[in-house]
Amino acid sequence: MASTIRVRAIANGDTTEVQALIQHPMDSGFVKDAQGQLIPAHFIQQLTFEHNGKGVFIADWGPAVAKDPYVKFAFKGAAKGDELKISWVDNKGASDSTRAKIQ
Amino acid sequence: MTRVLLIASLVIAAAAPARAASEADFKAAYAAAEAAEQEAGGLRNQWITTETTLSAAKTAAEKGDFDAAIASAKEAEALAKASIFQAASEKERWRDAVIH
Amino acid sequence: MRGRFVPALFLALISAALAAGVIVQAATAGETPNPAADAKAFRDFYVKKFPNVKLEDFVNGPYSLNEDMRRQWQEKEEFPPYEFALESGKEMFATPFKNGKTYADCFENGGIGVRQNFPYFDVKQGEVVTLELALNRCRAANGEAPLSYVKDDMASLTAYMAYTSRGKPFDIRIPDDPRALAAYENGKRYFYTRRGQLNFSCASCHVQSPGERLRAEILAPALGILNAMPIYRSEWAGMGTISRRFITCNSQTRAVPEEAQSENYRDLEYFLSYVSNGLPISGPGARP
Repeated sequence: MASTIRVRAIANGDTTEVQALIQHPMDSGFVKDAQGQLIPAHFIQQLTFEHNGKGVFIADWGPAVAKDPYVKFAFKGAAKGDELKISWVDNKGASDSTRAKIQ
Repeated sequence: MTRVLLIASLVIAAAAPARAASEADFKAAYAAAEAAEQEAGGLRNQWITTETTLSAAKTAAEKGDFDAAIASAKEAEALAKASIFQAASEKERWRDAVIH
Repeated sequence: MRGRFVPALFLALISAALAAGVIVQAATAGETPNPAADAKAFRDFYVKKFPNVKLEDFVNGPYSLNEDMRRQWQEKEEFPPYEFALESGKEMFATPFKNGKTYADCFENGGIGVRQNFPYFDVKQGEVVTLELALNRCRAANGEAPLSYVKDDMASLTAYMAYTSRGKPFDIRIPDDPRALAAYENGKRYFYTRRGQLNFSCASCHVQSPGERLRAEILAPALGILNAMPIYRSEWAGMGTISRRFITCNSQTRAVPEEAQSENYRDLEYFLSYVSNGLPISGPGARP
Protein backbone atom coordinates (compact mmCIF):
# COMPACT_ATOMS: atom_id res chain seq x y z
CA MET A 1 0.00 0.00 0.00
CA ALA A 2 1.32 3.49 -0.80
CA SER A 3 2.81 5.41 2.10
CA THR A 4 0.68 8.03 3.76
CA ILE A 5 3.69 10.33 3.94
CA ARG A 6 4.88 12.50 1.07
CA VAL A 7 8.10 14.28 1.88
CA ARG A 8 10.59 16.53 0.16
CA ALA A 9 13.80 17.71 1.81
CA ILE A 10 16.11 20.17 0.12
CA ALA A 11 19.52 21.15 1.45
CA ASN A 12 20.58 24.75 1.00
CA GLY A 13 24.07 25.05 2.43
CA ASP A 14 23.86 24.13 6.08
CA THR A 15 20.08 24.51 6.24
CA THR A 16 17.72 21.79 5.10
CA GLU A 17 14.11 22.70 4.34
CA VAL A 18 11.60 19.92 4.79
CA GLN A 19 8.01 19.74 3.56
CA ALA A 20 5.68 16.87 4.25
CA LEU A 21 2.06 16.07 3.44
CA ILE A 22 0.52 13.28 5.48
CA GLN A 23 -2.68 11.49 4.60
CA HIS A 24 -4.77 11.08 7.73
CA PRO A 25 -8.43 11.81 8.56
CA MET A 26 -7.47 13.72 11.75
CA ASP A 27 -11.00 13.36 13.14
CA SER A 28 -11.35 15.56 16.19
CA GLY A 29 -14.06 13.48 17.82
CA PHE A 30 -16.39 16.47 17.95
CA VAL A 31 -17.92 16.15 14.50
CA LYS A 32 -21.19 14.34 13.86
CA ASP A 33 -21.94 12.33 10.76
CA ALA A 34 -25.07 12.60 8.57
CA GLN A 35 -26.97 10.33 10.99
CA GLY A 36 -26.11 12.53 13.96
CA GLN A 37 -23.57 10.12 15.43
CA LEU A 38 -20.23 11.39 16.69
CA ILE A 39 -17.32 10.40 14.46
CA PRO A 40 -14.80 8.98 16.93
CA ALA A 41 -11.54 10.82 17.44
CA HIS A 42 -8.83 9.52 15.15
CA PHE A 43 -5.75 11.69 14.92
CA ILE A 44 -1.95 11.55 14.82
CA GLN A 45 -0.55 11.92 18.31
CA GLN A 46 3.12 11.98 17.52
CA LEU A 47 5.02 12.88 14.38
CA THR A 48 8.79 12.49 14.29
CA PHE A 49 11.45 13.51 11.80
CA GLU A 50 14.83 11.93 12.51
CA HIS A 51 18.27 12.60 11.09
CA ASN A 52 21.21 10.41 12.07
CA GLY A 53 19.06 8.83 14.76
CA LYS A 54 18.34 12.20 16.36
CA GLY A 55 14.90 13.80 16.36
CA VAL A 56 15.05 17.12 14.50
CA PHE A 57 11.31 17.79 14.60
CA ILE A 58 8.94 16.11 17.03
CA ALA A 59 5.29 17.10 17.14
CA ASP A 60 2.76 16.13 19.79
CA TRP A 61 -0.56 16.62 18.09
CA GLY A 62 -4.13 16.74 19.24
CA PRO A 63 -7.56 17.00 17.62
CA ALA A 64 -7.02 20.61 16.57
CA VAL A 65 -4.84 19.67 13.60
CA ALA A 66 -6.85 19.42 10.38
CA LYS A 67 -7.20 16.57 7.93
CA ASP A 68 -4.25 15.67 5.68
CA PRO A 69 -1.78 17.82 7.60
CA TYR A 70 0.99 19.70 5.87
CA VAL A 71 4.22 20.41 7.72
CA LYS A 72 7.10 22.66 6.73
CA PHE A 73 10.23 23.34 8.76
CA ALA A 74 13.98 23.85 8.43
CA PHE A 75 16.90 22.48 10.44
CA LYS A 76 20.70 22.72 10.44
CA GLY A 77 23.38 20.10 10.43
CA ALA A 78 22.41 17.88 7.52
CA ALA A 79 23.80 17.61 4.01
CA LYS A 80 22.63 16.56 0.57
CA GLY A 81 22.42 12.80 0.33
CA ASP A 82 21.70 12.29 4.04
CA GLU A 83 18.68 10.28 5.02
CA LEU A 84 15.62 11.53 6.87
CA LYS A 85 13.26 9.16 8.67
CA ILE A 86 9.66 10.23 9.19
CA SER A 87 7.17 8.36 11.34
CA TRP A 88 3.83 8.94 13.01
CA VAL A 89 1.65 7.17 15.58
CA ASP A 90 -2.02 7.89 16.07
CA ASN A 91 -4.44 7.56 18.96
CA LYS A 92 -5.63 4.18 17.72
CA GLY A 93 -2.10 2.82 17.78
CA ALA A 94 -1.72 2.81 14.00
CA SER A 95 1.52 4.09 12.53
CA ASP A 96 3.42 4.64 9.34
CA SER A 97 6.95 5.62 8.48
CA THR A 98 9.06 6.38 5.47
CA ARG A 99 12.59 7.37 4.57
CA ALA A 100 13.63 10.13 2.23
CA LYS A 101 16.94 11.36 0.87
CA ILE A 102 17.80 15.01 1.27
CA GLN A 103 18.19 16.57 -2.17
CA MET B 1 -70.86 24.74 42.95
CA THR B 2 -73.44 24.79 40.15
CA ARG B 3 -72.36 28.32 39.38
CA VAL B 4 -68.72 27.22 39.16
CA LEU B 5 -69.71 24.33 36.93
CA LEU B 6 -71.77 26.65 34.75
CA ILE B 7 -68.92 29.12 34.39
CA ALA B 8 -66.45 26.28 33.77
CA SER B 9 -68.63 24.76 31.04
CA LEU B 10 -69.11 28.18 29.45
CA VAL B 11 -65.33 28.74 29.43
CA ILE B 12 -64.75 25.27 27.96
CA ALA B 13 -67.47 25.84 25.38
CA ALA B 14 -65.87 29.13 24.43
CA ALA B 15 -62.35 27.68 24.28
CA ALA B 16 -63.16 24.50 22.35
CA PRO B 17 -64.39 26.02 19.10
CA ALA B 18 -61.45 28.49 19.15
CA ARG B 19 -58.94 25.60 19.32
CA ALA B 20 -60.66 23.59 16.60
CA ALA B 21 -60.76 26.68 14.39
CA SER B 22 -56.99 27.11 14.88
CA GLU B 23 -56.29 23.61 13.58
CA ALA B 24 -58.59 24.10 10.61
CA ASP B 25 -57.04 27.51 10.03
CA PHE B 26 -53.62 25.92 10.15
CA LYS B 27 -54.59 23.24 7.64
CA ALA B 28 -55.90 25.89 5.26
CA ALA B 29 -52.82 28.09 5.67
CA TYR B 30 -50.48 25.12 5.21
CA ALA B 31 -52.35 23.92 2.13
CA ALA B 32 -52.07 27.36 0.58
CA ALA B 33 -48.35 27.52 1.36
CA GLU B 34 -47.78 24.03 -0.03
CA ALA B 35 -49.68 24.84 -3.22
CA ALA B 36 -47.55 27.94 -3.78
CA GLU B 37 -44.37 25.94 -3.13
CA GLN B 38 -45.52 23.30 -5.63
CA GLU B 39 -46.03 26.03 -8.22
CA ALA B 40 -42.52 27.30 -7.50
CA GLY B 41 -41.32 23.72 -7.90
CA GLY B 42 -42.92 23.57 -11.33
CA LEU B 43 -40.87 26.63 -12.24
CA ARG B 44 -37.73 24.94 -10.78
CA ASN B 45 -37.31 27.91 -8.50
CA GLN B 46 -37.86 26.88 -4.90
CA TRP B 47 -36.06 28.53 -2.01
CA ILE B 48 -34.46 26.60 0.83
CA THR B 49 -35.95 29.12 3.25
CA THR B 50 -39.48 28.28 2.09
CA GLU B 51 -38.84 24.60 2.72
CA THR B 52 -37.46 25.16 6.22
CA THR B 53 -40.33 27.50 7.11
CA LEU B 54 -42.86 24.90 5.92
CA SER B 55 -41.25 22.25 8.15
CA ALA B 56 -41.22 24.67 11.06
CA ALA B 57 -44.96 25.19 10.51
CA LYS B 58 -45.56 21.46 10.54
CA THR B 59 -43.46 20.92 13.66
CA ALA B 60 -45.30 23.68 15.53
CA ALA B 61 -48.65 22.18 14.51
CA GLU B 62 -47.59 18.73 15.72
CA LYS B 63 -46.76 20.30 19.07
CA GLY B 64 -50.22 21.88 19.13
CA ASP B 65 -48.94 25.47 18.85
CA PHE B 66 -51.28 26.48 16.06
CA ASP B 67 -50.68 30.18 16.35
CA ALA B 68 -46.98 29.72 15.60
CA ALA B 69 -47.81 27.11 12.97
CA ILE B 70 -50.18 29.43 11.15
CA ALA B 71 -47.66 32.27 11.30
CA SER B 72 -44.98 30.03 9.80
CA ALA B 73 -47.35 28.71 7.15
CA LYS B 74 -48.27 32.24 6.10
CA GLU B 75 -44.61 33.20 5.99
CA ALA B 76 -43.84 30.13 3.88
CA GLU B 77 -46.62 31.07 1.50
CA ALA B 78 -45.21 34.59 1.16
CA LEU B 79 -41.73 33.18 0.50
CA ALA B 80 -43.06 30.75 -2.09
CA LYS B 81 -44.97 33.56 -3.82
CA ALA B 82 -41.82 35.69 -3.83
CA SER B 83 -39.90 32.84 -5.48
CA ILE B 84 -42.64 32.55 -8.12
CA PHE B 85 -42.41 36.29 -8.73
CA GLN B 86 -38.62 35.96 -9.03
CA ALA B 87 -38.93 33.20 -11.63
CA ALA B 88 -41.46 35.16 -13.68
CA SER B 89 -39.48 38.38 -13.54
CA GLU B 90 -36.10 36.74 -14.22
CA LYS B 91 -37.54 35.06 -17.31
CA GLU B 92 -36.82 38.25 -19.23
CA ARG B 93 -34.71 40.28 -16.80
CA TRP B 94 -31.71 37.93 -17.09
CA ARG B 95 -30.89 39.46 -20.46
CA ASP B 96 -30.16 42.80 -18.83
CA ALA B 97 -27.14 41.30 -17.13
CA VAL B 98 -25.52 39.70 -20.19
CA ILE B 99 -22.01 40.87 -21.04
CA HIS B 100 -21.99 42.40 -24.50
CA MET C 1 -46.88 43.20 -30.64
CA ARG C 2 -46.92 46.87 -29.69
CA GLY C 3 -50.04 47.85 -31.58
CA ARG C 4 -50.32 50.95 -33.70
CA PHE C 5 -48.51 54.13 -32.73
CA VAL C 6 -48.40 57.51 -34.36
CA PRO C 7 -45.19 57.26 -36.47
CA ALA C 8 -43.50 60.27 -34.87
CA LEU C 9 -44.20 59.02 -31.38
CA PHE C 10 -43.07 55.55 -32.39
CA LEU C 11 -39.79 56.94 -33.74
CA ALA C 12 -39.26 58.91 -30.55
CA LEU C 13 -39.88 55.81 -28.48
CA ILE C 14 -37.50 53.76 -30.59
CA SER C 15 -34.67 56.25 -30.26
CA ALA C 16 -35.25 56.58 -26.54
CA ALA C 17 -35.28 52.81 -26.19
CA LEU C 18 -32.14 52.49 -28.29
CA ALA C 19 -30.44 54.99 -26.06
CA ALA C 20 -31.44 52.93 -23.06
CA GLY C 21 -30.18 49.78 -24.74
CA VAL C 22 -33.57 48.18 -24.27
CA ILE C 23 -34.22 47.61 -27.96
CA VAL C 24 -30.87 45.84 -28.23
CA GLN C 25 -32.11 43.37 -25.60
CA ALA C 26 -35.45 42.87 -27.31
CA ALA C 27 -33.69 42.31 -30.63
CA THR C 28 -31.30 39.85 -29.03
CA ALA C 29 -34.24 37.94 -27.62
CA GLY C 30 -35.49 37.15 -31.08
CA GLU C 31 -32.10 36.80 -32.79
CA THR C 32 -30.06 33.65 -33.28
CA PRO C 33 -27.47 33.34 -30.54
CA ASN C 34 -23.88 34.13 -31.47
CA PRO C 35 -21.64 32.17 -29.13
CA ALA C 36 -18.43 33.34 -30.76
CA ALA C 37 -19.39 36.96 -30.18
CA ASP C 38 -20.43 36.11 -26.61
CA ALA C 39 -17.08 34.47 -25.91
CA LYS C 40 -15.15 37.42 -27.29
CA ALA C 41 -17.22 39.90 -25.30
CA PHE C 42 -16.79 37.76 -22.18
CA ARG C 43 -13.01 37.68 -22.54
CA ASP C 44 -12.78 41.38 -23.37
CA PHE C 45 -14.83 42.25 -20.29
CA TYR C 46 -12.40 40.58 -17.90
CA VAL C 47 -9.25 41.66 -19.72
CA LYS C 48 -10.50 45.23 -19.56
CA LYS C 49 -11.50 44.93 -15.90
CA PHE C 50 -8.15 43.40 -14.90
CA PRO C 51 -5.56 44.76 -17.34
CA ASN C 52 -2.64 43.45 -15.27
CA VAL C 53 -3.77 39.84 -15.39
CA LYS C 54 -2.48 37.65 -18.22
CA LEU C 55 -5.29 35.89 -20.08
CA GLU C 56 -4.16 32.40 -19.11
CA ASP C 57 -3.88 33.43 -15.47
CA PHE C 58 -7.65 33.85 -15.10
CA VAL C 59 -7.88 30.07 -14.66
CA ASN C 60 -6.32 30.53 -11.23
CA GLY C 61 -9.43 32.23 -9.95
CA PRO C 62 -8.92 34.33 -6.83
CA TYR C 63 -5.13 33.83 -6.98
CA SER C 64 -4.99 35.83 -10.18
CA LEU C 65 -6.57 38.78 -8.40
CA ASN C 66 -5.00 38.80 -4.94
CA GLU C 67 -1.24 38.85 -4.30
CA ASP C 68 -1.29 37.50 -0.75
CA MET C 69 -3.52 34.58 -1.67
CA ARG C 70 -1.38 33.88 -4.71
CA ARG C 71 1.75 33.56 -2.58
CA GLN C 72 0.08 31.14 -0.19
CA TRP C 73 -1.29 29.11 -3.08
CA GLN C 74 2.08 28.85 -4.83
CA GLU C 75 3.62 27.57 -1.65
CA LYS C 76 0.85 24.99 -1.30
CA GLU C 77 1.29 23.88 -4.91
CA GLU C 78 4.70 22.47 -3.96
CA PHE C 79 2.76 19.89 -2.00
CA PRO C 80 -0.78 20.21 -3.25
CA PRO C 81 -3.68 18.91 -1.14
CA TYR C 82 -5.23 17.23 -4.20
CA GLU C 83 -2.24 14.93 -4.57
CA PHE C 84 -3.89 12.00 -2.82
CA ALA C 85 -7.02 12.23 -4.98
CA LEU C 86 -4.86 12.50 -8.09
CA GLU C 87 -2.93 9.35 -7.25
CA SER C 88 -6.07 7.48 -6.36
CA GLY C 89 -7.68 8.65 -9.61
CA LYS C 90 -4.75 7.40 -11.66
CA GLU C 91 -5.00 4.01 -9.99
CA MET C 92 -8.79 3.85 -10.43
CA PHE C 93 -8.53 4.80 -14.07
CA ALA C 94 -6.17 1.92 -14.76
CA THR C 95 -8.15 -0.66 -12.80
CA PRO C 96 -10.31 -2.86 -15.05
CA PHE C 97 -14.04 -3.27 -14.50
CA LYS C 98 -15.43 -6.66 -13.55
CA ASN C 99 -15.86 -7.42 -17.25
CA GLY C 100 -12.21 -6.76 -18.00
CA LYS C 101 -12.62 -3.46 -19.85
CA THR C 102 -11.27 -0.14 -18.57
CA TYR C 103 -12.23 3.55 -18.67
CA ALA C 104 -9.74 3.95 -21.52
CA ASP C 105 -12.08 1.90 -23.73
CA CYS C 106 -14.80 4.55 -23.41
CA PHE C 107 -12.73 7.55 -24.45
CA GLU C 108 -10.80 8.90 -27.40
CA ASN C 109 -7.05 8.48 -26.98
CA GLY C 110 -7.70 6.16 -24.04
CA GLY C 111 -9.00 9.09 -22.02
CA ILE C 112 -5.57 10.72 -21.79
CA GLY C 113 -5.37 14.40 -22.59
CA VAL C 114 -9.05 14.74 -23.57
CA ARG C 115 -10.57 16.70 -20.68
CA GLN C 116 -10.47 19.97 -22.64
CA ASN C 117 -13.03 18.58 -25.11
CA PHE C 118 -15.72 18.24 -22.45
CA PRO C 119 -18.56 19.05 -22.38
CA TYR C 120 -19.57 18.26 -25.92
CA PHE C 121 -22.97 18.20 -27.61
CA ASP C 122 -24.07 14.67 -28.48
CA VAL C 123 -26.01 15.13 -31.72
CA LYS C 124 -27.38 11.59 -31.60
CA GLN C 125 -28.88 11.95 -28.12
CA GLY C 126 -29.50 15.67 -28.50
CA GLU C 127 -27.90 16.58 -25.19
CA VAL C 128 -24.81 17.96 -23.53
CA VAL C 129 -22.39 15.34 -22.26
CA THR C 130 -20.01 16.39 -19.49
CA LEU C 131 -16.94 14.46 -18.37
CA GLU C 132 -18.67 13.36 -15.17
CA LEU C 133 -21.68 12.10 -17.10
CA ALA C 134 -19.44 10.31 -19.59
CA LEU C 135 -17.61 8.54 -16.77
CA ASN C 136 -20.80 7.24 -15.19
CA ARG C 137 -22.15 6.21 -18.58
CA CYS C 138 -18.92 4.35 -19.16
CA ARG C 139 -19.45 2.52 -15.90
CA ALA C 140 -23.07 1.72 -16.73
CA ALA C 141 -22.10 0.41 -20.16
CA ASN C 142 -19.68 -1.95 -18.43
CA GLY C 143 -22.03 -3.23 -15.74
CA GLU C 144 -20.70 -1.06 -12.91
CA ALA C 145 -22.76 0.96 -10.43
CA PRO C 146 -22.68 4.74 -10.90
CA LEU C 147 -20.48 6.95 -8.74
CA SER C 148 -21.78 9.87 -6.72
CA TYR C 149 -21.29 12.96 -8.85
CA VAL C 150 -20.13 15.28 -6.11
CA LYS C 151 -16.96 13.90 -4.57
CA ASP C 152 -14.68 10.96 -3.73
CA ASP C 153 -14.15 8.59 -6.66
CA MET C 154 -15.71 10.87 -9.27
CA ALA C 155 -13.47 13.70 -8.06
CA SER C 156 -10.41 11.45 -8.14
CA LEU C 157 -11.13 10.25 -11.68
CA THR C 158 -11.82 13.72 -13.06
CA ALA C 159 -8.74 14.99 -11.20
CA TYR C 160 -6.59 12.47 -13.03
CA MET C 161 -8.16 13.18 -16.41
CA ALA C 162 -7.79 16.93 -15.89
CA TYR C 163 -4.17 16.43 -14.91
CA THR C 164 -3.42 14.62 -18.18
CA SER C 165 -4.78 17.69 -19.98
CA ARG C 166 -2.93 20.32 -17.97
CA GLY C 167 -1.93 23.23 -20.16
CA LYS C 168 -4.22 22.26 -23.02
CA PRO C 169 -6.67 24.99 -24.00
CA PHE C 170 -10.40 24.46 -23.63
CA ASP C 171 -11.74 23.38 -27.02
CA ILE C 172 -15.51 23.29 -26.74
CA ARG C 173 -17.45 22.93 -29.96
CA ILE C 174 -20.98 23.97 -30.73
CA PRO C 175 -22.08 21.94 -33.77
CA ASP C 176 -24.29 23.51 -36.39
CA ASP C 177 -27.42 22.13 -34.77
CA PRO C 178 -30.26 24.24 -33.34
CA ARG C 179 -30.43 21.95 -30.30
CA ALA C 180 -26.78 22.58 -29.48
CA LEU C 181 -27.32 26.30 -29.82
CA ALA C 182 -30.40 26.02 -27.60
CA ALA C 183 -28.39 24.14 -24.94
CA TYR C 184 -25.71 26.83 -25.05
CA GLU C 185 -28.34 29.60 -24.73
CA ASN C 186 -29.98 27.74 -21.86
CA GLY C 187 -26.67 27.58 -20.03
CA LYS C 188 -26.16 31.26 -20.63
CA ARG C 189 -29.68 32.01 -19.38
CA TYR C 190 -29.04 29.96 -16.26
CA PHE C 191 -25.78 31.80 -15.58
CA TYR C 192 -27.38 35.23 -15.65
CA THR C 193 -30.68 34.34 -13.90
CA ARG C 194 -31.13 35.41 -10.30
CA ARG C 195 -32.25 32.71 -7.95
CA GLY C 196 -32.67 31.86 -4.29
CA GLN C 197 -33.83 34.04 -1.46
CA LEU C 198 -30.59 36.00 -1.73
CA ASN C 199 -31.54 36.78 -5.33
CA PHE C 200 -28.05 36.18 -6.74
CA SER C 201 -27.23 34.91 -10.17
CA CYS C 202 -23.86 33.34 -10.98
CA ALA C 203 -23.10 36.69 -12.59
CA SER C 204 -23.87 38.63 -9.41
CA CYS C 205 -20.68 37.26 -7.86
CA HIS C 206 -18.52 36.20 -10.78
CA VAL C 207 -19.19 39.02 -13.24
CA GLN C 208 -20.09 41.90 -10.97
CA SER C 209 -17.64 41.31 -8.15
CA PRO C 210 -14.58 39.17 -8.98
CA GLY C 211 -11.63 40.04 -6.78
CA GLU C 212 -13.94 41.43 -4.13
CA ARG C 213 -14.83 39.76 -0.86
CA LEU C 214 -17.95 37.80 -0.09
CA ARG C 215 -17.68 37.17 3.63
CA ALA C 216 -14.14 35.79 3.95
CA GLU C 217 -13.71 34.64 0.37
CA ILE C 218 -12.24 36.43 -2.61
CA LEU C 219 -14.57 35.89 -5.57
CA ALA C 220 -13.22 34.28 -8.71
CA PRO C 221 -13.88 35.64 -12.21
CA ALA C 222 -16.26 33.55 -14.32
CA LEU C 223 -13.68 33.47 -17.12
CA GLY C 224 -11.73 30.26 -16.70
CA ILE C 225 -13.69 29.28 -13.62
CA LEU C 226 -14.04 25.62 -14.61
CA ASN C 227 -10.48 25.19 -15.84
CA ALA C 228 -9.16 24.23 -12.41
CA MET C 229 -11.88 21.69 -11.62
CA PRO C 230 -12.12 19.41 -9.78
CA ILE C 231 -10.79 21.22 -6.75
CA TYR C 232 -9.58 20.46 -3.27
CA ARG C 233 -11.41 23.05 -1.23
CA SER C 234 -10.08 23.78 2.22
CA GLU C 235 -13.64 24.65 3.21
CA TRP C 236 -14.72 21.13 2.27
CA ALA C 237 -11.51 19.56 3.62
CA GLY C 238 -11.73 17.45 0.49
CA MET C 239 -12.27 17.25 -3.21
CA GLY C 240 -15.32 18.44 -5.06
CA THR C 241 -16.45 18.19 -8.64
CA ILE C 242 -18.19 20.68 -10.92
CA SER C 243 -21.47 19.07 -9.83
CA ARG C 244 -20.65 19.71 -6.21
CA ARG C 245 -19.82 23.35 -6.83
CA PHE C 246 -23.00 24.06 -8.79
CA ILE C 247 -25.11 22.46 -6.08
CA THR C 248 -23.40 24.28 -3.21
CA CYS C 249 -23.48 27.63 -5.04
CA ASN C 250 -27.24 27.18 -5.42
CA SER C 251 -27.71 26.39 -1.73
CA GLN C 252 -25.56 29.35 -0.79
CA THR C 253 -28.05 31.67 -2.46
CA ARG C 254 -30.76 29.69 -0.61
CA ALA C 255 -32.07 28.21 -3.83
CA VAL C 256 -33.09 24.56 -3.69
CA PRO C 257 -30.42 22.94 -5.89
CA GLU C 258 -31.17 20.70 -8.86
CA GLU C 259 -29.94 17.13 -8.97
CA ALA C 260 -26.34 16.66 -10.10
CA GLN C 261 -25.92 16.59 -13.87
CA SER C 262 -29.41 18.02 -14.46
CA GLU C 263 -30.04 19.46 -17.90
CA ASN C 264 -29.62 23.00 -16.59
CA TYR C 265 -26.33 22.18 -14.88
CA ARG C 266 -24.93 20.46 -17.95
CA ASP C 267 -25.99 23.36 -20.17
CA LEU C 268 -24.42 25.78 -17.67
CA GLU C 269 -21.15 23.84 -17.81
CA TYR C 270 -21.37 23.92 -21.62
CA PHE C 271 -21.76 27.71 -21.66
CA LEU C 272 -19.05 28.40 -19.06
CA SER C 273 -16.58 26.08 -20.76
CA TYR C 274 -17.25 27.50 -24.21
CA VAL C 275 -16.67 31.13 -23.17
CA SER C 276 -13.38 30.00 -21.65
CA ASN C 277 -12.17 28.43 -24.91
CA GLY C 278 -8.48 29.01 -25.42
CA LEU C 279 -7.71 29.17 -21.72
CA PRO C 280 -5.58 26.28 -20.39
CA ILE C 281 -6.83 23.43 -18.25
CA SER C 282 -5.20 23.85 -14.84
CA GLY C 283 -6.97 21.11 -12.89
CA PRO C 284 -6.99 19.58 -10.45
CA GLY C 285 -6.92 22.73 -8.37
CA ALA C 286 -6.81 23.92 -4.78
CA ARG C 287 -9.03 26.65 -3.44
CA PRO C 288 -9.66 28.14 0.03
